[in-house]
Amino acid sequence: MSQSLSSPLLVLPDNNFRLFTPAILLIGFIVVPVTGSDYWLGAILVPFLILSLAGLGLNLLTGYAGQTSLGSGGFMSVGAFATFGLVVHGGVPLPVALLLSGLITAGAGLLFGLPSDRIKGFYLMVSSLAAQFFFEWLFQKFPWFYNYDSSGTIELPRLSVFGLDVSSPVGRYLTTLVIVVALTWFAANLVRSQTGRSWMAIRDMDTAAAVIGIPVYRTKVLAFAVSSFYLGVAGALWAFIYLGSASVQSFGIARSFQVLFIIIIGGVGSISGNFIGAAFISLLPLAIDHVAQHLFAGHVDAGLLQNIQKAIFGLLIILFLVREPDGLARLFKSFGERLTNWPLRF
Amino acid sequence: MNLFLETFIGGLLAGTMYSLVAIGFVLIYKASGVFNFAQGSILLFSGLTFVTLLEKGVPFAGALAITIVILVVGAVVIERTVLRPLANRSPMTLFMATLGLSYVVEGTAQGLMGAQVHALDLGIEDVPVFIGDVMISQFDLVAALTAVLLAAVLALLFNRTRIGVSLRAVADDTRAALSIGINLNRIWQIVWAVAGITGLVAGMLWGARQGIQFSLSLVVLKALPVLIIGGFTSIGGAIVGGLIVGAAETLAETYIGRFVGGGITPWFPYFLAIAFLYIRPAGLFGERALERV
Repeated sequence: MSQSLSSPLLVLPDNNFRLFTPAILLIGFIVVPVTGSDYWLGAILVPFLILSLAGLGLNLLTGYAGQTSLGSGGFMSVGAFATFGLVVHGGVPLPVALLLSGLITAGAGLLFGLPSDRIKGFYLMVSSLAAQFFFEWLFQKFPWFYNYDSSGTIELPRLSVFGLDVSSPVGRYLTTLVIVVALTWFAANLVRSQTGRSWMAIRDMDTAAAVIGIPVYRTKVLAFAVSSFYLGVAGALWAFIYLGSASVQSFGIARSFQVLFIIIIGGVGSISGNFIGAAFISLLPLAIDHVAQHLFAGHVDAGLLQNIQKAIFGLLIILFLVREPDGLARLFKSFGERLTNWPLRF
Repeated sequence: MNLFLETFIGGLLAGTMYSLVAIGFVLIYKASGVFNFAQGSILLFSGLTFVTLLEKGVPFAGALAITIVILVVGAVVIERTVLRPLANRSPMTLFMATLGLSYVVEGTAQGLMGAQVHALDLGIEDVPVFIGDVMISQFDLVAALTAVLLAAVLALLFNRTRIGVSLRAVADDTRAALSIGINLNRIWQIVWAVAGITGLVAGMLWGARQGIQFSLSLVVLKALPVLIIGGFTSIGGAIVGGLIVGAAETLAETYIGRFVGGGITPWFPYFLAIAFLYIRPAGLFGERALERV
């Protein structure tokens, strides 16, 4: 896909994997809902899909357009609170509310992307952090946003899509899957369109991009808006489909880091990488938990385990940056290529 | 007017605490072009190590010495395992690596020494001093003096010693510095060690103020607008930036905050920084890079 643009050495056509996507979709839509347990569907696959979507949003901005952001959590909270506001104050049906809140978040992203004409690189990070802390403050300070709830949490009374009740684990899983698949399809096409190519040109060198006639500022701001749209939808899904009830604390700076780690581990500038990274990030804590249970059988308390987990995450980040800067997606791809070429070595 | 002066001076003094954190950043950025997000966790780590040693009964000077040794060893380890393998990679990659590093340092510090809040008593009494009618916190004064002293020592180090001169050479032109035989890896180790020690000083002061706990590592987020305003490459800028942020955020909280329900200090400095950047895109004292195709 986009890799073939930046690395001409990649001669292998994607034809070998032509059946890959339909197979994944078949498994996702039919096999998993039939065979998966409620725990797996509701507690692992739903958050995994939503985090993938958030990763995708950040990846469009960071991996494709080259603008770093530490405000993902903040934009997710905009999506969540906008959806809540639309449903509770406006009586808008959920699917429409999701779309609208995505657009509202896109507007917010656009606003915080405006400084990108004068401010670049690390300096631009300050704009995304401004967004992060501003929204954290906004949604905590003004009770209107959480409808004067005493604990400051937001919760939707009933999850229904076009009259169908989707609050069962399978329903929530399928709702998330449909949205994530649709948005992923859109993103995969977007990055191969003129817009996506302009983003990559800006990422690689914005001065050069300006010289060849790309409207740099407009394209950058568009990247902020599109990325925020994805993050907003992901935030709304995270609050209502996964958590059920959410507050500002669900979208703190730690969430921003988590989303950033997903794209570093999965692959910056890759679509499939977001899913791999999100899977990795959702499964690693479970794996560490499991190992700790087995090895130490209750001798390790939860606090220590959390810190060990944190240190392992950090080490993995460094390891990935040193060993495989293109992330797990790249690793999987080269592995796949070697498989298809086997027994030839190249 | 009195209230204004009190808030203003209190803000300025609190701002020097931000400067202390920002100085550590500037050192590393100057020498290696790395935006070191882990500075906050180094603050936490050094403060926690120091206070744990104190609680174990190690005398003050001993605890200080041991912590410094650990920081120096840490700097060497970081240089070998993180910086050297990532040499010549993009600044963004290095930034993300320090983000990973901050997780490692935080996880290790809290995993080994616990996550509870430790009180740290440096023997500085927090009694208000009156200058005329204006009340000033004595603790803030000591912190401010420490920041100025630290900046002075660093300035001496940079301008009067051999190491300092090679450090400036590296900051000026890394390739030229390499070609005249400056050991870049050694310079990085020294800079990270010095930044660690600045982190220790900052960690001790912040820790004495609010207790040594996880929130120390979040101070890094306070130092960021300071850096933006002062510029990434100037120690003087870090101090001026700290003063501006400190004064502006307390004034804003007092005079604007009440109209919007208060609590605006987390985000106000960032908006201030954006405003500054619009006027000077590389900070007050930062160097404007030329762009070529």
